[in-house]
Amino acid sequence: MIETSNLIACHECDLLHRIPVRKGASCVSRCRRCNAILHRSVENSIDRTLALTLAGLMLFIVANSFPFLTFKMQGQETQTTLISGVVGLYDEGKWEIALLVVLTTVVVPLTQLLIQLYIYLPLKLNRIPWLMAPVFRLAGSLQPWSMMEVFLIGIIVALVKLLGMAQIVPGVALWSFALLIVTLAAAAANMDSRVVWDRVEYPR
Amino acid sequence: MTDTLMTAADAGLLSCHSCSLLTEAQAGAHAEQHCPRCGSSLHMRKPNSLARTWALVIAAFICYIPANLLPMTAVTSLGNVQEDTIMSGVIYFLQHGDWPIGLVILLASIVVPLTKLFILIYLLISVQRKSQWRPLERTRLYRVTEAIGRWSMTDVYVVTILVALVRLGNLASIEAGIGAIFFGAVVVLTIIAALTFDPREIWDNMESTNDR
Repeated sequence: MIETSNLIACHECDLLHRIPVRKGASCVSRCRRCNAILHRSVENSIDRTLALTLAGLMLFIVANSFPFLTFKMQGQETQTTLISGVVGLYDEGKWEIALLVVLTTVVVPLTQLLIQLYIYLPLKLNRIPWLMAPVFRLAGSLQPWSMMEVFLIGIIVALVKLLGMAQIVPGVALWSFALLIVTLAAAAANMDSRVVWDRVEYPR
Repeated sequence: MTDTLMTAADAGLLSCHSCSLLTEAQAGAHAEQHCPRCGSSLHMRKPNSLARTWALVIAAFICYIPANLLPMTAVTSLGNVQEDTIMSGVIYFLQHGDWPIGLVILLASIVVPLTKLFILIYLLISVQRKSQWRPLERTRLYRVTEAIGRWSMTDVYVVTILVALVRLGNLASIEAGIGAIFFGAVVVLTIIAALTFDPREIWDNMESTNDR
């Protein structure tokens, strides 16, 4: 029988590696055959992720409560928030797109932020949250479906597209969006998944 | 390091896709094994990855045709209705001097999905033919498809924002077209296709000749 607890297999080429000894400082270990990232270890990962998650939740509330663009034309004006855009599509009968947009820009990012809070706040207080393993696994599988940064490019394209047609005023939510994207990316980069997995009890 | 190259599969170990724990494969067990630590189902390789990825790639290609032929948006301006497809939108921007925006849409809506689909097809064929040619570069190509897919969503978001902002009745209003639904389907199908492909299959073909 092979002792497996100090081994890790590359997710992209299956090569076995010894888990590098944690040296304290943040570092990235890579597969020596295909150069894929084996693991990213981060110093003070729990503190950093928790701080960025709290900042992210506040920005999320601001970004979704205020209009991000105001459209003025011949004395009439319309404003849009993320939710009103989705509702507009739904009212037109394009529920498929409405669903796709609301999932990738509201439901998935919010779920991820709430999961991070649910896991990292108890860990910070030296407690293990209930059902930590399946909940953390869910956050990982949601990762490809969080597309806030793509949405920001969409806002910029729409803004330029309408500039010739009418007066467009960017709102406070637009800046919150930009900050939220930076915060989400920073939170993802500072998450050290092994810190969470090492605390899960399981039959060996 | 004097280690010989050994994969988890060689050692009879299953690597958990979500928490990276290695578990010994139970010989002859027909029931699905689950990771003792996080509970995900364990597989030596992603199940039926070639067949599933092919199915998703073909489905994405089929949806890509109506996505380009049918209108993405219908713009009403002073009573006139003008329908725009992806390509006519790009041409409009290029002609009106907004070429950076035209370029963004061209990249996100045409270059990215097509590049991604062709790379996946190449990877599928190369794995099926048990190619041993440049596995490192092929793995890099796979990483590219994983990274760029999400950016195709740009046009779907642009349509959403336009629909929400421009709704002044006959004076000016924008509606989403049927093309947008098919285009959204292309983006979702290609993202799932990249997730079902297993890059370890590229390396499995190498090991038969590696002097271990």
